[in-house]
Amino acid sequence: MYYHMALARALDERVWNLSRQGAIPFAVSGRGQEAAQVALAAALRPGRDYVYPYYRDVALVLHLGVTAEEIMLAAFGRLADPSSSGRQMPNHFSHRRWRIVSGSSPVGTQIPQAAGTALACRMQGEDAVVLVTFGEGASSTGDFHEGINFAAIHRLPVIFVCENNGYAISVPERLQVAGPGMVGRAAGYGIAGASVDGTDPVETHRAAAEAVARARSGNGPSLLEVRVLRLDPHTSSDDDNTYRTPEEKAAMRAADPLPRFRRRLLDSGVMAPAEADALDAQITAEVDAATAAAEKSPVPSPADLPRHVYAGSPTEVRSWRR
Amino acid sequence: MAEMSILEAVRRAMREAMEEDDRVFVLGEDVGPRGGVFQATAGLFRQFGPDRVLDTPIAESSIVGVAIGAALAGMRPVAEIQFADFIHPAMNQIMNEAAKLRYRSAGAWSCPLVIRAPYGGVHGGGLYHGQSVEALFSHIPGLRVYAPSTPADAYGLLRLAIRGEDPVVFLEPKRIYASVRGPVPDGPEGIGLAAAVRRQGEDASVVAWGMMLHRALAAAEALAAEDISVEVLDLRSLRPLDEDAVLATVRKTGRLCIVHEDNAMCGYGAELAARVAEKALFHLDAPVRRVAGPEIPGLPYSPTLEDDVVPTVERITDALRELATY
Repeated sequence: MYYHMALARALDERVWNLSRQGAIPFAVSGRGQEAAQVALAAALRPGRDYVYPYYRDVALVLHLGVTAEEIMLAAFGRLADPSSSGRQMPNHFSHRRWRIVSGSSPVGTQIPQAAGTALACRMQGEDAVVLVTFGEGASSTGDFHEGINFAAIHRLPVIFVCENNGYAISVPERLQVAGPGMVGRAAGYGIAGASVDGTDPVETHRAAAEAVARARSGNGPSLLEVRVLRLDPHTSSDDDNTYRTPEEKAAMRAADPLPRFRRRLLDSGVMAPAEADALDAQITAEVDAATAAAEKSPVPSPADLPRHVYAGSPTEVRSWRR
Repeated sequence: MAEMSILEAVRRAMREAMEEDDRVFVLGEDVGPRGGVFQATAGLFRQFGPDRVLDTPIAESSIVGVAIGAALAGMRPVAEIQFADFIHPAMNQIMNEAAKLRYRSAGAWSCPLVIRAPYGGVHGGGLYHGQSVEALFSHIPGLRVYAPSTPADAYGLLRLAIRGEDPVVFLEPKRIYASVRGPVPDGPEGIGLAAAVRRQGEDASVVAWGMMLHRALAAAEALAAEDISVEVLDLRSLRPLDEDAVLATVRKTGRLCIVHEDNAMCGYGAELAARVAEKALFHLDAPVRRVAGPEIPGLPYSPTLEDDVVPTVERITDALRELATY
């Protein structure tokens, strides 16, 4: 778990720097949310359970099986990018092999889709569960309520996970979420709800595993709130100094889950200091290699643009005529 | 070939598809024991049970969203939107999700989904039970838009839509659900998407679909008595468009009239007129005519006003006569 947290962190920082240098057009990071994300992924069966991630879930998809190079191929918009062949912005994850479903930029749309995938799994007699993540901003959308309502009515095997980092771009949670907070909404739909400290991977994993077990045993959906930190601005196009104070940002950095988890592993003797240093060096080398490989990888061709608009090649009716 | 109504043909297409393929299921508002407000799904609940005929909450975005999630995981959902007027809450799911899923994942995921929507003017339906939405959806790459006007096509095109690999908005002309009857083939074999010449003619062409196709045919019949010969082209599929068929009839008669219930501004007829201007301008002997709804936000409820809005046989006849004698 630590490895994928640290790898996600290193990739996010590299992608952010590349965007600052103008080497890539855009970056969006999950820094501060890695602990929760690896904990969620660790509760799933990669490639058998379906996952609808949102755009901060670098650590989540890495732990499911996406590679550092694949993250970089998407950042550079290369043809071999498995999420979209360079069509989508970075962090719009998709990977068929790992059952990571392609998402869009409008928030919350994946929530009813996750319910539909769970319905399909039940109809097909599969014991797969569906995990869907979103920010607290998406909890304001109709799709959030419609999707949870549908899943609750049919007691579908879905784990709805709100990665609550306190901000939707600049809008704070107090202007986003009314009532007794995120987890209070679970009661409204008669489903299980829990709120956990998402900077603690152990606590988060325990809650996620419970929700997954509940879904898999036919006991319906859960709403899990993981309270996380968004260390970076919303994206490379945002300036969070316009809405966060230096004191707030300093407090966030002090609560950063990555160094805290590293310290915890060292203190408890799970990892030796030399081991941790070697792992960090290995991650830097991996990110270097992934960056170099992605940069060299072929770009998509304009000639490919009409591909995959429809099944097969034609957008002409001619070939379909009797 | 059995003879049946458009509504019966739609129902038969769903029933046969569900019998042949376990992946096909139906969802929507009141589609269960009630059989749909128009009875399109009547009998399906009894035959297939609640697991394959799902009554949903009144929430169109999740009807389509759930269908997308099921489709990408291997099912073949057929979602009913009760009236096309109520499809707009699902626009984001249709336009940003269903239509883009294959493209944005470079073919890794697909969305074989059918969204059935009864559309168009109906007596006394008012602003929110009579909209024509074909222009909105025909604009969207990644979607298919089918608009049958006959029982044979209601059956055949729906079977084709359910078998296909792409999301389809399937527009059903509800005003003629029961009134138009005709032969329906015994199976979906041989159904294509080419536009159909419903009546041969020499002096002018009229292009239409759905209910308007029948009014165009009536207009052509009326003009035959005046020795004006009108060719009637039924588009059947609006996206993809059988452009060749449109250009062919224009080249033949040199005069084109397009009829739709939807208002003219940025309507489907504008696209047809533009294509003819681009590709067959010098075959035209008269300016292209559009007979369309007026620029008002919706159909009025009062029956005395409805005929001012939905193109009548008389209006189409007048337009074609002017065109043929231009």
